[in-house]
Amino acid sequence: MGSKTALFEKHNEAGARIVDFGGWDMPLHYGSQKQEHHAVRQNAGAFDVSHMTIVDLSGERSRVFLQYLVANDVAKLKDYGKALYTAMLNADGGVIDDLIIYYISDTDYRLVVNAATRDKDLAWIREQAGPFDVAVNERADLAMIAVQGPNARQLAADSIAAEHRDAALALKPFYSLQAGEMFIARTGYTGEDGWELCMPAADAPEIWDQLLSRGAAPCGLGARDTLRLEAAMNLYGTDMDESISPLEAGLNWTIGWEPAERDFIGRGALEELRHSPDRRRFVGLLLEDKGVLRNHQKVVVEGIGEGEITSGGFSPSIGKSIALARVPAGDYDRAMVEVRGKMLNVRIVKTPFVCSGKIRINIEGETL
Amino acid sequence: MNELPGDLLYTKDHEWLRREDDGSVTIGITDHAQGALGDLVYVELPEVGQDVDEADEMAVVESVKAASDVYAPIGGSIVAINEELADVPEKINSDPYGDGWIVRMQPTDAFDESTLMSPDDYQQFIDDLDD
Repeated sequence: MGSKTALFEKHNEAGARIVDFGGWDMPLHYGSQKQEHHAVRQNAGAFDVSHMTIVDLSGERSRVFLQYLVANDVAKLKDYGKALYTAMLNADGGVIDDLIIYYISDTDYRLVVNAATRDKDLAWIREQAGPFDVAVNERADLAMIAVQGPNARQLAADSIAAEHRDAALALKPFYSLQAGEMFIARTGYTGEDGWELCMPAADAPEIWDQLLSRGAAPCGLGARDTLRLEAAMNLYGTDMDESISPLEAGLNWTIGWEPAERDFIGRGALEELRHSPDRRRFVGLLLEDKGVLRNHQKVVVEGIGEGEITSGGFSPSIGKSIALARVPAGDYDRAMVEVRGKMLNVRIVKTPFVCSGKIRINIEGETL
Repeated sequence: MNELPGDLLYTKDHEWLRREDDGSVTIGITDHAQGALGDLVYVELPEVGQDVDEADEMAVVESVKAASDVYAPIGGSIVAINEELADVPEKINSDPYGDGWIVRMQPTDAFDESTLMSPDDYQQFIDDLDD
């Protein structure tokens, strides 16, 4: 038996199929993963993401510490509440984890890291924080619900204390605020508008019920995965890990190269790979033949070399199979994928595949 | 829990078989199997006329979650395939014992029913899996 979130009984009552995820008993789906997926693209869905690890940093030197700890530069955070997506790297430039950092105050930051990497992340952050005299406080007392979809914020607004409601609805994308006991962030992992809500665990079941009663579909990890794949958002442990540089995982945009004198962990290794002609590409694939692309299938680029699918699956929004893949350097826009001994045709497409309810790739014809 | 159809035989791989009047055998996957797989999105079918041995991989059913082989529960020749599954694979989810059938085979030999499970035995088998 794994750890249980404050909403575990709710999932059971709703008939969820429960699976282990990083040591947590989590809902995979509540009947139909596809319907949950469409609910988020077309209306609103609620996800229990309380398994995610929330870590609060506090101290005079919090900013300086984060400028050393992560690849992006928290100096980009000018306004209170602003969020930044980035990765913590090891000295070799491999990804220890990806995370979101919220700028709470000049001395306080909130990090949200992955559930499956909790132990190593906390150990790493604490080890690095030592010399900076920054307090590292895991917030296991909080539950987290993501409510996502075009109607998500409007539908969730009634769960926000009245005096904070207008400010919450006025939040721009990638901004957050503390509203009484609830922390509200206009962030997510689906490619749709919405909020991620952190609250005392004891409050979570009531908020969950409210969201569902107003029409949000309860959504499991299955839909969360197909939604994030369509949005081309990386999954740690699948698309990247400690042996993979963010430069080979499509995360170039999460690296703060300037100022050049900022010395963050892993910078030296990134600088070496940055201009290497052999640096592998991280691309989106659309399957043109029938079938389903899956993780670890071999990608063959004729005359160039081989790569691998890091995340593959069926896109409910497109009705075809899509994938993220790490492939050899080179200028090409077609490849083959080996599926059960057969070579199937794929086209390299610009990601995201789907976001804000719309298909963003050209399904029928033109390549990049 | 849905009642298992009483006129079918079942395998440990969660497939069902129905003996037709003409001696052929219709094969599909059980309600338990489709539930475990989740929403079906693709089915790879064998060719009509293809001969398969018992335990051969003869089809593949893929859900949003995973790909799963469908094994030939008996040896024989494929006499029909459910071509509608190519466009509507979710028929396996909605009607696993009816419109969601997968193939029909002509058995090579009179097959040995003792290796297959009755509805009661299969119910016991899946009940034990859930414990």
